[in-house]
Formats: sequence, structure tokens, C-alpha cells
Amino acid sequence: MNISNEEYSELTKQRSHNSKLCRTVPMAFLVGGLICTLGEALMNIYAMAGLNRDACASLASMTLVFLSILFTGLEWYDRIAQHAGAGTLVPITGFANAVASPALDFKSEGFVLGLGAKMFVIAGPVIVYGISASVVYGIIYYIVGLFMK
Amino acid sequence: MDMLLDYLWAFLIGGAFCAVGQLLIDLTKLTPARILVSYVVAGVILGAVGVYDPLVEFAGGGATVPLTGFGNLLAKGVREAVDQKGLLGAFTGGFTATAAGITAAVFFGLIAALCFKSGSKINET
Repeated sequence: MNISNEEYSELTKQRSHNSKLCRTVPMAFLVGGLICTLGEALMNIYAMAGLNRDACASLASMTLVFLSILFTGLEWYDRIAQHAGAGTLVPITGFANAVASPALDFKSEGFVLGLGAKMFVIAGPVIVYGISASVVYGIIYYIVGLFMK
Repeated sequence: MDMLLDYLWAFLIGGAFCAVGQLLIDLTKLTPARILVSYVVAGVILGAVGVYDPLVEFAGGGATVPLTGFGNLLAKGVREAVDQKGLLGAFTGGFTATAAGITAAVFFGLIAALCFKSGSKINET
């Protein structure tokens, strides 16, 4: 088999990329799936306490956020995230981690422009684009509603 | 048995959302911050066209826990607020529906930052 150096390096890059995917994607699936299952379990527990559905969902989110931030403070979250990748990023726990982690790291730069401002370094854009998208939807929904009456 | 099936679907659908996120990280140049933003905006759009609520019915935590669920909650909040208050609702509904999650993250984040000491690592974004 005759291949040039370039072809060989391209081939090895491709192969190592594929083997990397074989590890990262199942890990993300497993850890992310478990976090969502925990969320489902929390909702069921709150439902058993007789709360309505919306309250259960809110409380379950808050509990996950609390646990995520506790784990972030104990430096466990980042350790799990190294292996889980998007599995710890995509659930709401990843959002909470993105709030708490820079707040902790930049505390040394002051309580206002360090902790307070850096807290929103990732959460800020998420809120800006999320809220704006929802306002656009709300306006469209309102206008469509006017014509449907 | 029904309950076990609920957990299984929550695991599978939630896991699938995360696996897609991992593929986006590994195969594209999307940074984690961009993934979070994309997921929330995608959730708003999916909620707006009405496909996300059936998924929530079906997968429970598997659909509400990923950040697309956060986006869906924004869309749902806006829709309900517009129904009640008209155009003003487009501006009040989003934050009202997601207040618990955002407030919890900010408040617990502040408490954690005050209580814990930071490691020496610099956080990559």
C-alpha cells in the first residue's frame, strides 16, 4: 500500500477523530440521560407531595440547579464534565454551572465587577438570545391572534 | 411499570439531546457557550411551532431538563401571558415562566461563590 505522508496523517487524524467520538458521545448520552432521569424522579417526588405540574417542574429545576452549584463549589462538577462533555453542559445543570463557576473563579477580582459581572459571562448571552427570541414569538403570536378573531 | 417506562423515556430522550450536543462540539467549531445559546433559541422555536409540548408530555424530564426545555418554557410563558394581557405579555411572559430557574441559579451561585474557595484554574469559555 503506497500512501504519501500527507495522506497518512490525514488518515490517522480521521481514525483518531472517529475513536474519540465513540467515547465522547456515549458518555454524553449516559450522563445527560441520568441527569434528566433525576429530573423526572424529582418531579414525581414533588407530585407525590401534592403540588401542581408547573410547580413540580419549577421545583425540580431549582433542585437540579442547587445540586449542580453545590457540586461546582466542591469542584466535583468540572471533574464529571471532563468525561461527560455535553452530558453535563446541555441539561439545566450546565447552565447553573456556567453561572457559579465564573462567579467563584473571578471572586478575587471583586464582588461587583468580578463575582457579580462574570456570573453572566455565559448565562448572559443565553438569557439575551432566549428572551429576545421569546419576545419575537410573543409579538408574532399576538398579531396572528388579532387576525384569527 | 408505567413509571419505569417514564424514566426510560426521560433517560433516552434526555440522553439524545446531550449526544447531539456532543456531536456538535466534536464535529463543528461550536463552543459550549454557543451550544447553550443555540439550544435555548431552538427550544423557543420548537415551543413556538408546537412540537415541544407533546415531547414534554412524552418524555417528561428528558424534555424539560435540557436547555431546549428552558427555551420551550420561555415560549410557553409568552404564549400564556399574551393570551391574558395582550401585547404586554410578550414582554412579561418569558421571565415570569423561567423566574424560578434563573433566580435559583443567580442566588445559589452567589451563595456558593461566597462560601467556597476557587481552585487556581482559569475557567475557559
